[in-house]
Amino acid sequence: MDQSFLDNSLWRNIYCLLAGDSAGCSARDYASGLLPGGMEWLAFAITALAIIGLVINGVLGGVIVLIWGERRLFGRFQSRTGPNRWGPFGMLTSVADAIKTMFKEDVVPVDADRILFNLAPILIATPALLVFAVIPFGIGTYVADLNVGVLFIMAVTSLTTLSVLTAAWSSANRIAILSALRSVALLISYEIPMALALVGVIMLAGSLSLGQIVQAQGIPFILVQPLAFFVFFIAAMAEMARAPFDLTEAESELAAGYLNDYASMKFGLFFLAEFMAEISTAAIVTTLFLSGWKGWEPIPSHFWFMAKLILVLFVIIWFRMTLPRLRIDQVLKFAWKGLFELTLINIVVTAILIGIWPQPTTAQLWMMAAVNWPVAIISIWLVSRLLGTAKYEKASPDSDSPVYSVATESIPKTSEYITNSTDVSSVEAVSKEGGA
Amino acid sequence: MIGLGLPRGFLVTLKNFVRPAVTEQYPDRHVGLLGAAKEAGMNPFQFLIKNPGNSLKAIAGLATVPVAVKQSPRFRGNEFTFYEDRCTVCASCAKYCPLGIIEIVSVPGKIDAQEGESYKIEVFDIDIGRCMFCGLCVEACPYDALHMGTKFERSSYIRNDLVISKDELFAAEKRPSSFYRPQFEETGFDPFSEEVTDYHDAGRHERPTDEDLKRKWVDER
Amino acid sequence: MAIKTQPVTVNLGPQHPSTHGVFRMRVMFDGEEIVDVEPIFGYLHRGSEKLAEERTYTQIVTLTDRMDYVSSMLNNQAYILAVEKLAGIEPSPRGVWLRMIASELQRIASHLVATGFLLQDLGALGTPLIYAMRERENILDLFEIICGARITNSYLRPGGVFMDAPQEFWPALDRGLSDIVNTLDELEEYLSGNEIVFSRTKGTAVLSPELLINASITGPMLRASGVDWDLRHRNPYDYYEKIKFERKLHTASDNYARYWVRVQEARESVKIIRQCIDQIEPGPVRPSFDDVPRLLRPPAGDAYAAIEGSKGELGFYLVSDGGIAPYRMHVRSSSLINLTLLRDMLIGGQFGDLFVTFGSVDLNMGEVDR
Repeated sequence: MDQSFLDNSLWRNIYCLLAGDSAGCSARDYASGLLPGGMEWLAFAITALAIIGLVINGVLGGVIVLIWGERRLFGRFQSRTGPNRWGPFGMLTSVADAIKTMFKEDVVPVDADRILFNLAPILIATPALLVFAVIPFGIGTYVADLNVGVLFIMAVTSLTTLSVLTAAWSSANRIAILSALRSVALLISYEIPMALALVGVIMLAGSLSLGQIVQAQGIPFILVQPLAFFVFFIAAMAEMARAPFDLTEAESELAAGYLNDYASMKFGLFFLAEFMAEISTAAIVTTLFLSGWKGWEPIPSHFWFMAKLILVLFVIIWFRMTLPRLRIDQVLKFAWKGLFELTLINIVVTAILIGIWPQPTTAQLWMMAAVNWPVAIISIWLVSRLLGTAKYEKASPDSDSPVYSVATESIPKTSEYITNSTDVSSVEAVSKEGGA
Repeated sequence: MIGLGLPRGFLVTLKNFVRPAVTEQYPDRHVGLLGAAKEAGMNPFQFLIKNPGNSLKAIAGLATVPVAVKQSPRFRGNEFTFYEDRCTVCASCAKYCPLGIIEIVSVPGKIDAQEGESYKIEVFDIDIGRCMFCGLCVEACPYDALHMGTKFERSSYIRNDLVISKDELFAAEKRPSSFYRPQFEETGFDPFSEEVTDYHDAGRHERPTDEDLKRKWVDER
Repeated sequence: MAIKTQPVTVNLGPQHPSTHGVFRMRVMFDGEEIVDVEPIFGYLHRGSEKLAEERTYTQIVTLTDRMDYVSSMLNNQAYILAVEKLAGIEPSPRGVWLRMIASELQRIASHLVATGFLLQDLGALGTPLIYAMRERENILDLFEIICGARITNSYLRPGGVFMDAPQEFWPALDRGLSDIVNTLDELEEYLSGNEIVFSRTKGTAVLSPELLINASITGPMLRASGVDWDLRHRNPYDYYEKIKFERKLHTASDNYARYWVRVQEARESVKIIRQCIDQIEPGPVRPSFDDVPRLLRPPAGDAYAAIEGSKGELGFYLVSDGGIAPYRMHVRSSSLINLTLLRDMLIGGQFGDLFVTFGSVDLNMGEVDR
């Protein structure tokens, strides 16, 4: 059995407790395991299950806290208080909501394809959870350090759309199908700039493994790769269908989009998946651009990871609270005509810089940052001009000058065509007729 | 300038993020330690020492204090104030009600030496389940017997409970709203204070002296 | 290989988060493009006009409150003007000033609601809506001080208002006006330069001024197309002759122009109220009951009076047969008439713009169905 997983503190602690030094753990810490010798396979299985349980429950707990936190933040952004009735600072509100959701009647539409209809909620929750398999939460704390971690994330996150399509198709609802088609269009458009944005990061780190990418970040890559961060952040928002790209759920257009016909805990799973996607996106951004668990020494690495995660979540919520929604054609245009070019510029510039400094040290990373920031600002400005925002330059007209060209004086005053009729006789005739 | 619109929007939402909330909490308000101490009239340290239990609750965000609802004195509440001693059972209110929800039945009553001749009210029902609180009945009352109330918490699960009967109307706490009653505003009457208005003070005219009454009801007869 | 497609018909409403009430649209989509729209309304019909035939003239004020429930004061004003015209009542000056203040406040509130919900339809998740509603709440507080109710005010009476404003109203009004200006500044800072708002609203649902005039559309929709038509200026009622204000015009006639005109008009209303405060004179707020009895019996005849409502020309046509109740009442509700161009605005547009356009019309189902 490959012993490299023993580098991982999450694995080592549980596995060595069960298996003891005979399985390759250091004899000083783990003299004898709880399980007898020769049962390493059992220890391995138990450890794996324990870790999966730990991460899943951790994420689900995080979702409950996030839902509460998001509501409180929404309230603050809208100068309200947010939920504060149930539990300390309203913390139990989302627990109450979860209980309520579970006890609701589960309605299935008559025309629905029952198998797919029931399958879709399960399908949607899985990919959001799978992302956490490769995220390093701290020094040596991860479920698995895949050497193709970035590819894995790209592959897994795009599965969400499949389940959205399944849900919409199976519920036989036209609004839901419109929503699912939007979701697919979003995925196809934004997957490409998202992947290309990561190319710069991968080139800098020289690896696809998330652990190595974190290690390579002498300074956070957001400083070295501002353009990549800009594109990736926007593309990630679009991927998880967050405002301003919440076209799939578009409350004011599609009511709830693909969720229209779901009730009870099936709806709850979609809801959970949405927030899990938010956490996983924040985790990916933290890992790739904010140097993951790295921080200053006395404070443990897990704390740094959490702090950065919460910061990113705050920014996501802030975006959601501030920006209106874009239209679908504008969203797609933005991806193909705007973000796509930006990523290409980023790749070219990064490639040149890597050519100059193949193995960048921290000082060289700073120099790269000095080159990349002007490039980022100029190229964003340039692309925004090319996208045609210039025609919106004039925000308001001169209030006095523009008047409809037809001479308004020729329109008669209302008093000329509306008169107070005093011809009583005709009205009396009417009243006699009607009042009889 | 183009390109700066979005950042300015972000700054506006951030500004609102830090400004105090405008939410009116009802029926009670959740307070922190400072708020709870202020409510108890001490400084936070005193409060912490004297009420450790309450302090913990306040820190955990569980402490609540009752809220005095901000209301205008003219507020048209749904618990009518009625002075039977002022009512002459003219039924103007019933006639002016656009929905016809006031029902009045009267019988001739006795003649009182102090207050004069009066009709006795048999039935005075107001069906506030259908009332829209336009205040026309109050406006119509020539003797200021019927007033809008200031309370609004008379909700019920049963529709019939929403009919204010004679007994309830007579027994209700006399906290008239100053809606269409300028005399209250002139005297600086506050319906939310402790004092309860007497029927003598509710009218728009000067109260007749005992001698006037005696002359009218005893001497002239 | 060409894929055979067919347009899909979707029923939006009457229960839909953004139809501004119980409005229903049967929309035919080709992909995201709107091919056909059929508006269906009448879900909120309460028969106000018929009910009015059995109410006295004072009692009808309470019915008008409930027509366009975000601009009750304006409805009251239009109705009272019609009654005064019908019965030949000379209103008392202080009452007129007070009802001008009240109706301009209501116009601000209504424009705030319209703006907030337009931005809600744009998908801004309630933030601008709540900023707008927060300010409207202050205006409703002012209404509570002045007449004891927040939405269904019934403040106006034939000849004026039922009661003078209390002392505490005037400082509160001063504070309220500066708050309103601040909120409008904030909303404009937030959204008037926002590129997403621009790209969503500019150039969408453009209507030509000729079409608007021919469809007899009035109010901010008409002024957004550059037609200088404001009844406060064209046919001054009450004391608008004594007031100086700018008519805000925009020439683009798109969704953004309509939003812009509303925000600017709210600003102008603040100026109008300030002038009213300067010019208000002491005196009775309504004629004595000897001149204008509670139970009006206008002479037989008819009268039409119109005001510049928050959504356009709001007119009341009253026919009297000499009795205590009108023989017939008809409301020229601008919401209903502004709705007539919905097809012209929507067809050929995108689904995403459907509710934005719908919101930019600023209609109120209470007034459409009455």
